[in-house]
Amino acid sequence: MSQADQTVTVEHSVSDKADTLRTGTSLRARLFQYRYIYLMLLPGVLFLLVMNYLPMFGALIAFKEIDYALGIIGSPWVGLRNFEFLFATRDAWVAIRNTLSYNAVFIVTGPIVAVALSIMLNELRNKRGAKVYQTLLIMPHFISFVVVSYLVFAFLATSTGYMNTRILPMFGIERVRWYLEPARWPVILFLVNGWKSWGFGTVIYLASMAGFDPQLYEAATIDGASRWAQIWKITIPLLLPMIMLLFILSLGRIFNADFGLFFQVPRAAGPLIPTTQVLDTFVYRALISLGDIGMSSAAAFLQSVVGFVTILSVNLIVRRLKPEWSIF
Amino acid sequence: MATITEPTRSTATTRQRQPGKLRKNEISLTANIVLNVIFLIAVALILIPFFLLVTVSLTDNDTLVQEGYRFIPSLWSTEAYSFLFQSPRLVRDAYMVTIIVTVVGTFGHVLLGALVGYSLTKTKMPGHTFFTVFVFFTMLFNGGLVSTYIINTQFLGFRNAFRGLILPLMFNVWHVLILRTYFATAIPASIEESAKIDGANDLRIFFQIVVPLSKPVLATIGLFAALIYWNDWFQSLLYITEPRMYSLQFVMLQTLRQIEMMQRLLTMGAPGDVIDRLRDLPQESVRFAMVVVSIGPIIFAYPFFQRYFVKGVTIGALKG
Repeated sequence: MSQADQTVTVEHSVSDKADTLRTGTSLRARLFQYRYIYLMLLPGVLFLLVMNYLPMFGALIAFKEIDYALGIIGSPWVGLRNFEFLFATRDAWVAIRNTLSYNAVFIVTGPIVAVALSIMLNELRNKRGAKVYQTLLIMPHFISFVVVSYLVFAFLATSTGYMNTRILPMFGIERVRWYLEPARWPVILFLVNGWKSWGFGTVIYLASMAGFDPQLYEAATIDGASRWAQIWKITIPLLLPMIMLLFILSLGRIFNADFGLFFQVPRAAGPLIPTTQVLDTFVYRALISLGDIGMSSAAAFLQSVVGFVTILSVNLIVRRLKPEWSIF
Repeated sequence: MATITEPTRSTATTRQRQPGKLRKNEISLTANIVLNVIFLIAVALILIPFFLLVTVSLTDNDTLVQEGYRFIPSLWSTEAYSFLFQSPRLVRDAYMVTIIVTVVGTFGHVLLGALVGYSLTKTKMPGHTFFTVFVFFTMLFNGGLVSTYIINTQFLGFRNAFRGLILPLMFNVWHVLILRTYFATAIPASIEESAKIDGANDLRIFFQIVVPLSKPVLATIGLFAALIYWNDWFQSLLYITEPRMYSLQFVMLQTLRQIEMMQRLLTMGAPGDVIDRLRDLPQESVRFAMVVVSIGPIIFAYPFFQRYFVKGVTIGALKG
């Protein structure tokens, strides 16, 4: 092993420690030395090939007219016809509009609330209290959206829900048929999404803060900086790389939405479709309920490709502006 | 993938903040009280829905239909739970399916992730960069639901089979990242080296040395995986049509859709015998009791695993 190689090994925290003992130099010898590692990689590689990479090529069915009699490979190519059908429907545009609007709101508000909560937790003087709050705040992250939909139903059920039987009468407001009125749902879904996900975001940022150098804060105190100034001048700048990482990753999912949130929580109610239909539920409904492979595969293809292109371009821009914030 | 393949940050140690020596570096007492009030409200908002869930499951079924869901019902009843514990066929099958899927899936998830995570720590291995990109690329691009669904049902036989509930959730890139980071930083190099000198091959080193030394991170990933499997209903929605193969979450999902129909039949009237049959079963409270029982294991294990959870997130956050 050359001197240069060893320097690299020392520099990287993820390094091949046991490698100093592998002495072969020719490629064949090195391949042989790592034979057991390749063996250990094999299950994962095969798994990803079948479960992840095969569907990537399968996504090309968006350009085919699938006829099961001819098989998937034998089915004829139809160019962009599936996409033409897709964009000719109003439903697709509604789904795209909803997906982008909800995501825009979630992507902006999510980090703001989570960073604010994590800084507040970090500043608490009663550290044990902070632990308890943190524990309870992430609890919703661990339950499924089916359970969440029951919790929401307990409040919003028309004749028995807590809103209609107790809260609204207190203010003298008429009953609301929640599951029939689409206009109410953007706010409901925003609140439910926040309830479920803000605590988790908080813990991520809090974990990140645990790694900050305390000397920075000590030096700031000596210089007479207030806690408030320290938050803006130390904590938030140090959090920015993490915020950017999660931001870029979430932009990569700009065309995706949480199926559970938009399908389970509104109980898949038909009347709510105008405000609860997102691309994921659109694809599911087109595929399972209508059996329309052409349209659903076109929409699914769009989701994958737009997400991929978005994340690549955002990352490229970020790398130009601030290389250390880019993710690759 | 610079930051992903070669995390070079050296802030590996988590240091506790020490109090400033010159003056107390803390927020004011008033600010502290205000923050505590905010968090108490936040915590209440999180817990209140759970309380409502529990009281509904403990309410007499007729009372539920008449006076609605209340925090303090006029008539309590444990009927729903005793009905559940007589375990009707559907509920018993659902529990079996969920337990089998959770146990087998968690084991596979951890094993697969650990094997890949460990292999990717071998930075000198020919093809290391290729394999790293091969694994992490799946985070950026996927084939989409339709193509996945067609391949899984047409070629892989996922319909109404356990593999349809287990395989789609068996690999998680974030978990591989956490495992790889742990193996690369927490296992002393000297131990692996001396095993090598003693003639152990990589397989043996992994299973007899690395795995026993990595129990904390394996437990963390195991808990994540168990939760993913326990809470999953989406795979059932895609691949399962036979009631025998319904998971717990899937049964709950389906029954929620029918609740309001039941209520309407009971209050607005239906043929007498239908009403009688409906009244035989404590329908609505049972559904809520099922939800309570489904989150029971999570709540009980919660104090234990939330510590691991925060630890796992910390590993990911610091070095991811």
